[in-house]
Amino acid sequence: MNIPKNLFYTKDHEWARIEGKVAYIGITDYAAHSLGDITFVQLPKIGELLKQSAYCATVESVKAASDVYVPLSGKVLSVNTQLATNPELINQSAYEQGYFFSMEFSDAAEKAKLMDSASYQQYVEGLSK
Amino acid sequence: MSYIPHTAEDIQQMLSVIGVKSIDELFKDIPLGLRPKSFNLPASKSEFQVTQTLHKLAAKNATGLVNFVGAGFYDHFIPAAVDALVSRSEFYTAYTPYQPECAQGWLQAIYEYQSIICELTGLDVSNASLYDGGTALFEAMMMALRHTGRNKIILDSGVNLIYRTMLYTYTLNLAIEFVEIPVVHGQSCREELFKYLDDQTAAVIFQNPNFFGAVDDYSDMVEQVHKFGALAIEVAYPVSLGMLKTPQEMGFDIAIGEGQSLGIPLSFGGPYLGFMAARSQLVRQMPGRIVGSTVDSDGRRGFVLTLQTREQHIRREKATSNICSNEALCALRAVVFISLLGREGFKELAEHNYQKAEFAKETLSRINGVQVKRSSPTFNEFTVLLPRHADEVVRRMIDKGFACGFPLGRFYQGLDNYLLIAVTEKRTKEEICRLADSLEAVL
Amino acid sequence: MRLIFEKHKEGRRGFSYGASDVAGAKPLAGKFCRATEARLPCLSELDVVRHFTNLSRLNFSVDTNFYPLGSCTMKYNPKFTERIAAFEGFSQLHPLLPQLSGGGMLAQGALEVLYESEKLFAEITGMSAFTLQPLAGAHGELTGVMLIAAYHQHQGLRRKYIIVADSSHGTNPASAAIAGYEVKVIPTGADGYLDLVQYKKHLNNEVAAVMLTCPDTLGIFNPRIKEIADMAHSVGALLYYDGANLNAMLGKCRPGDIGFDLVHINLHKTFATPHGGGGPGAGPVGVSQRLVEFLPISRVIRRLDATFALDYNYPKSIGYIAPFYGNFGVILKAYAYILALGKEGLIKAAEIAVLNANYCQARLKEYYDLPFDKRCMHECVFSASRQAKNGVHALDIAKYLIDQGYHPPTIYFPLIVQEALMIEPTETESKEALDAFIDTMIQIAELAKNNPSAVTQSPLNMPIKRLDEVRAARQPDLRWKP
Repeated sequence: MNIPKNLFYTKDHEWARIEGKVAYIGITDYAAHSLGDITFVQLPKIGELLKQSAYCATVESVKAASDVYVPLSGKVLSVNTQLATNPELINQSAYEQGYFFSMEFSDAAEKAKLMDSASYQQYVEGLSK
Repeated sequence: MSYIPHTAEDIQQMLSVIGVKSIDELFKDIPLGLRPKSFNLPASKSEFQVTQTLHKLAAKNATGLVNFVGAGFYDHFIPAAVDALVSRSEFYTAYTPYQPECAQGWLQAIYEYQSIICELTGLDVSNASLYDGGTALFEAMMMALRHTGRNKIILDSGVNLIYRTMLYTYTLNLAIEFVEIPVVHGQSCREELFKYLDDQTAAVIFQNPNFFGAVDDYSDMVEQVHKFGALAIEVAYPVSLGMLKTPQEMGFDIAIGEGQSLGIPLSFGGPYLGFMAARSQLVRQMPGRIVGSTVDSDGRRGFVLTLQTREQHIRREKATSNICSNEALCALRAVVFISLLGREGFKELAEHNYQKAEFAKETLSRINGVQVKRSSPTFNEFTVLLPRHADEVVRRMIDKGFACGFPLGRFYQGLDNYLLIAVTEKRTKEEICRLADSLEAVL
Repeated sequence: MRLIFEKHKEGRRGFSYGASDVAGAKPLAGKFCRATEARLPCLSELDVVRHFTNLSRLNFSVDTNFYPLGSCTMKYNPKFTERIAAFEGFSQLHPLLPQLSGGGMLAQGALEVLYESEKLFAEITGMSAFTLQPLAGAHGELTGVMLIAAYHQHQGLRRKYIIVADSSHGTNPASAAIAGYEVKVIPTGADGYLDLVQYKKHLNNEVAAVMLTCPDTLGIFNPRIKEIADMAHSVGALLYYDGANLNAMLGKCRPGDIGFDLVHINLHKTFATPHGGGGPGAGPVGVSQRLVEFLPISRVIRRLDATFALDYNYPKSIGYIAPFYGNFGVILKAYAYILALGKEGLIKAAEIAVLNANYCQARLKEYYDLPFDKRCMHECVFSASRQAKNGVHALDIAKYLIDQGYHPPTIYFPLIVQEALMIEPTETESKEALDAFIDTMIQIAELAKNNPSAVTQSPLNMPIKRLDEVRAARQPDLRWKP
């Protein structure tokens, strides 16, 4: 299971990578694997204002659809347009090419509500027991 | 009559495998207090007896009337091959093709149906069918509300009143604002539309030909609708699409309609066929089943139900619609009907309808006191103004063997003397002339 | 097989309307006419007949294969009802005839069928009145939820929620949401019954209705159903009965007697009308006395002179939910079926349906996990979890069954059962048919243990192998293009 060290995680299996004032958002390898072959992603609109833990995207496989919740509050800066034609990038590269969107986050203190990689690892191991 | 194959011995053997003494024991979870207070039904009858009973009831319905009633539901000819093919029980005793490997016939037929609906309307995508034209309109409206995130609907009053009433019923518990714009001289009123069109409008709904039979070119209005970011929905009459400008050519985003005219009998109101086509950008907002083409593990072409994450069995309360089963067998009728007619037959069908209606207009306009409304062109249905109440005329014409039309006063206030007359390819010159003679006699 | 479009040959005709006996009218002005031709195939009648006949042969159906598709009640569809529906007096009847002045007398036979069908459905379910307008089961549910909304609105109450079980058909929450309600989902307890603690917790005066399936989608009849009903009523909520599983209840238990306020019945399930490859069905809705005034119009009444008429005079009616009187052709077939079976036949149908399901359950429970080991009603739900450990999933079992000539059970539903296999044999299948199917299921269980790859390669005997559904969803190809 690939769980990179430098990211923040949620219980719903989203991740956030923080680069200065910008956060990149996606779903974890674990989530992508559980869904199977991803066929479609509905992304937020650029400029949309999102509140931490609010719905921000939908990810679909052939027989399942999952809502994605944003790890941090803020404004959407850009979306990963590659995913429109190549949703399989999420299966192949959940943390890099398969990211969903970037955002300018508004409250760094919200990070406290997220897990680090060690806690997330533990959390995921607990789920599969 | 019973269709149960079990012998007494079978039942005994099965009960002993289950480990119970009687069938009653199988129902012991139902508390005695919940057993039926009554179950007062008639005794069983033989197939012959039931057939006789229903034959007598069928005979109580009028079959001999020469029919000029349309109003959205038309008396078209159905080639025998349509009945023969849909009567194959490999089609009609199957269910929704959940398992594609043992349902390729159905899946391919639906894919072909979708393709035909796209060809008729000019639009990009079609679903596998909906219940009827009215529910299809409701679904189209819901698509527009979701797509735009707005809640105002502008309805042209030339849309069949039955459908408009259905929309109001379906939205009693929803916060949707409806505006109806009037029809003036049979045509949609541009000024009124532009008065109400705004950036809160989710969709504008037109019908072509409209309920009065009038044909229009909606391109200019659709263009305005799009300027406000709203969607344009057309209620279309498929037979007319053998001649009339398509929803796509006029810029419509969604076309829906009643597919009954495509090889489906009138059957006192159903089962019918709701069809829906849309621009490809809207495909994920579509309701109902959709069939797609793909390949098997050897690379051979095959068909599957696809984009199912829109649907209730996966998305539950977030689904685009609650629809589960649709009207597949009626869709099959439509695809067989169109395949038989082919490109030329379909044009010919439209041409015959148009020609016969024009002949009827010409013939009826010669009757003293009958005024054929000619402010708009028509396809196979038109409005006439009578010198007296249309209800009375209709009643008298029934005695003469004609269902001579639909009295508009039933649906529109102040139009008591107006009659809507439909002339399909089935009506002969002789019948039309007799209609005129009889009408003259009863006026 | 090639598509019908790919069989097109320029110059062929399959049907002609002949020369029109009127012609010569001025053509419609060009600006109203289509400029792009519909690219419809040109074929002979034989081309078309052969194409669709051969397509029909690529399907499993009740008439060709055992079809134990759970929750769908794929019983035999008697042929005589087709002939009745084709009687000219029914099939050629224009629905607007009885709405014409003086036209009511032209459709007395059809109106009588509707009137009598309503009476029969009311007696079968114990409800006060029915509307036959809903065009499918899910459409019945939506109608039911609209009636619920109308009822509460007239009480002057705004209620927000509808409660459904996590084992419910997806149509329940979807219907509730489409009609403007928020959905609360109650889990199933470890005992296979609705979790009453959670249920109580969510019940309050903001709940408009509770939607239940009975027997539920696990095939189980909940002995505490009356208590569940009474609890809903105690907070002023209405109780909705999803009648998808009514087949097991005929003459054994009526929703009306339990206290349900609304019920929809699937005529294509319980009353043997053909499923038609996914419709048309019909989903009439029955209601208790307090909801009768809200039923859709028109309604059929019997006048003092024993004639039948359409009545629109119901000021509290929700209005029109279908253009006319429902899927009349389907209602007609169900009516004929009920007349043929009669009281004893219907009761026997329920009894043998339950016998067949229990027989399957008894013979298979040694080989497959039974998540809730209880007496079942019309269907039994197994889990292929044991087989899945060896890599044989419910989907693989389904595909192997196809190779052996069986339509698979419903798989992966209800959602609360892992690797679910939902088997509904129906009453019209013989012991021999069940034994052959059960033997195949046992064989699969053995293979899953000893030779899993013999199952997971399936299907091998069909015209196509497993299809790439991921590609179908990623690159939607939804129509022919030249």
